[in-house]
Amino acid sequence: MKIDVFLERENRKERVELPGKANVGNMLDRLGLVREAVLAVRGGILVTEDAPLKEGDKLKILSVVSGG
Amino acid sequence: MNCRKCEMEPVIVVSGNRMCRRHFVHNLERKAMLTIRKWGLLKGRKSIGVACSGGKDSLAALNIMSKIADKDRNLELTALAIDEGIGGYRSHTLKDLRAFCSREKIPLRVFSFREEFGFTLDRAVKKSRETPCSICGVLRRYLLNRKARELGFDVLVTGHNLDDEVQSILMNQFRRNMPAMARMGPLPGIVESGGFVKRAKPLFFVSERETAAYSFLNSFLGRYIECPYAEGSFRNTIREFINRVEDAHPGSKSGVLNSFLEVLPSLRQAYKGRRLGACRRCGEASLKGECRACSILDTLRAKNMNKGGKK
Repeated sequence: MKIDVFLERENRKERVELPGKANVGNMLDRLGLVREAVLAVRGGILVTEDAPLKEGDKLKILSVVSGG
Repeated sequence: MNCRKCEMEPVIVVSGNRMCRRHFVHNLERKAMLTIRKWGLLKGRKSIGVACSGGKDSLAALNIMSKIADKDRNLELTALAIDEGIGGYRSHTLKDLRAFCSREKIPLRVFSFREEFGFTLDRAVKKSRETPCSICGVLRRYLLNRKARELGFDVLVTGHNLDDEVQSILMNQFRRNMPAMARMGPLPGIVESGGFVKRAKPLFFVSERETAAYSFLNSFLGRYIECPYAEGSFRNTIREFINRVEDAHPGSKSGVLNSFLEVLPSLRQAYKGRRLGACRRCGEASLKGECRACSILDTLRAKNMNKGGKK
């Protein structure tokens, strides 16, 4: 399945291809992101790493390192 | 899988527990309030300053303090901000802070390097051999303390989170700076001094990821913005390292923090003999004859920082 991801920190969009059964954590791993440093948002709602993904999902990745 | 406490969808996993929005927000605020109670952060204190940058951590701390002040009418809350003069960065976070304070009806006082010292951090960085974080860290702490004292705060609450503390613990270890380590904790400092306004850290046990999620869920996580000087700093290196360790071995950050708290009483005992005096130049509380802020300001002023050119 294909997932569209917007990486807010890098201000960049990416299309990620994952096997049939995949979750948010698998997508973060595929992008080489450190899970502890990011939050994933789908449809304006925070989702956990074990949330299943489906074809055509659009996710936004927020960096937890900001401000200060 | 549902939230561990209800049937709702989870938004985050904290210490292995799935939590929905409502239970996560409640849990985080409860954690901060327990820290305040257990460590006596507000004990006997009425005038509360909250050091704010407008970033997610300080807004989270300010939001929680505002909720506490709503319940306890004896507490007087004021937000205190320092504008260091970092182009393309601080003006954005201060805008978020002003909007937040205006919405929540919290008095806000903003002081700037430019007005207080005669130069911006951007200009100081160009003229000094010190790292931006050294100049900023020292002068920012100096100004926060001076203004907190002048404004009569009994305590200055900061938004330092668990990640900040774990990073500082490791940085102090790598640099073999045990006196600095002994001063850490939810209520930092060993010796009492009229010159130093006590700091308090209600988010000491709350991770950076949790404060980001809390800020997002409360709609005050602004667009991504990071200090332009953070890249390549020692703290950033440690942050990236410890986040990778946490991913591979969950619970590592808490392990570091709790190990530190176990030895903190011994550390404080070992370093409590050091007497706090006053800086002979500015009169601010200092462990040495002359404080670091005066030494940095001297160096910068010798380079005619205050004269001519764009500040």
